[in-house]
Amino acid sequence: MDDPLVIAGREFGSRLVMGTGGAANLAVLERALVASGTELTTVAMRRMDAAGGTGVLDLLRRLGIEPLPNTAGCRTAAEAVLTARLAREALATDWVKLEVVADEQTLLPDPVELLDAAEQLVEDGFTVLPYTNDDPVLALRLEQVGCAAVMPLGSPIGTGLGIRNPHNIELIVSRASVPVVLDAGIGTASDAALAMELGCSAVLLATAVTRAQDPERMAAAMRAGVDAGRLARLAGRIPRRFWAQASSPDVP
Amino acid sequence: MLVLVNGVERELPETATVGLVLDELGAPRTGVAVALDGEVVPRARWERTPLAAGCAVEVLTAVQGG
Repeated sequence: MDDPLVIAGREFGSRLVMGTGGAANLAVLERALVASGTELTTVAMRRMDAAGGTGVLDLLRRLGIEPLPNTAGCRTAAEAVLTARLAREALATDWVKLEVVADEQTLLPDPVELLDAAEQLVEDGFTVLPYTNDDPVLALRLEQVGCAAVMPLGSPIGTGLGIRNPHNIELIVSRASVPVVLDAGIGTASDAALAMELGCSAVLLATAVTRAQDPERMAAAMRAGVDAGRLARLAGRIPRRFWAQASSPDVP
Repeated sequence: MLVLVNGVERELPETATVGLVLDELGAPRTGVAVALDGEVVPRARWERTPLAAGCAVEVLTAVQGG
């Protein structure tokens, strides 16, 4: 692992964090997860009789992928804190992807409830990875209350609209001293590459893969996109110029 | 007594515990978590945590999501 992703002291060889939502079935999900090369993947917490145990945990265990429980569906800090505590009990992990959304139409994070929940969970010993708006001020506040990473959106969950405000993502990256994970809005591989070129440490996506026509192939594309973007970021791109600059020697 | 289990009323014996609810749901003992009236009940206390009439039990597990 020559360029690991490090979150809260833990190393990951892959910079692609996957979600499990939206896949047609577990067999499709399994092929996509393997093709993505991911080592960390989100799951949701739901009532036992509603979903009846989907076998997703067994799948992740078999593939050696660390489950990252989320608090999807929570609207208030109190709901999110309880869900995180239940996830810790069920999955024996104190890592949580903290989601507190404001409404069903946008699924945008509620910044007030999010910061409140983050503070409570850090206090309670959790490793908190908050899904946040692409707001540089809020990202910094989340880091200051002790979050182990910040995960700004590129655009709303499931829209595939890519990164609507690249400058905000750059602002967040430039001031963060914890990893920045681009979470939500990725539509295709070039979006994932752009996130990494902007300086993000990792990309989290689900829908772009699980609802693609060929999820396995799109997972491979995302893996390549993340790798390409990371390499380009480390390589350092050329400055943008207004006028052309010849790349061949002058004609004598 | 009547107890609310995952939002559905169930008739349970007066001696019912959290563990009995898990048995009735056919829930495995791993990969699940239980809240009783909004508070997490740690796994080690499931078999000896009694239920009261009218209480609300939530049994959660991990599903595909996110």
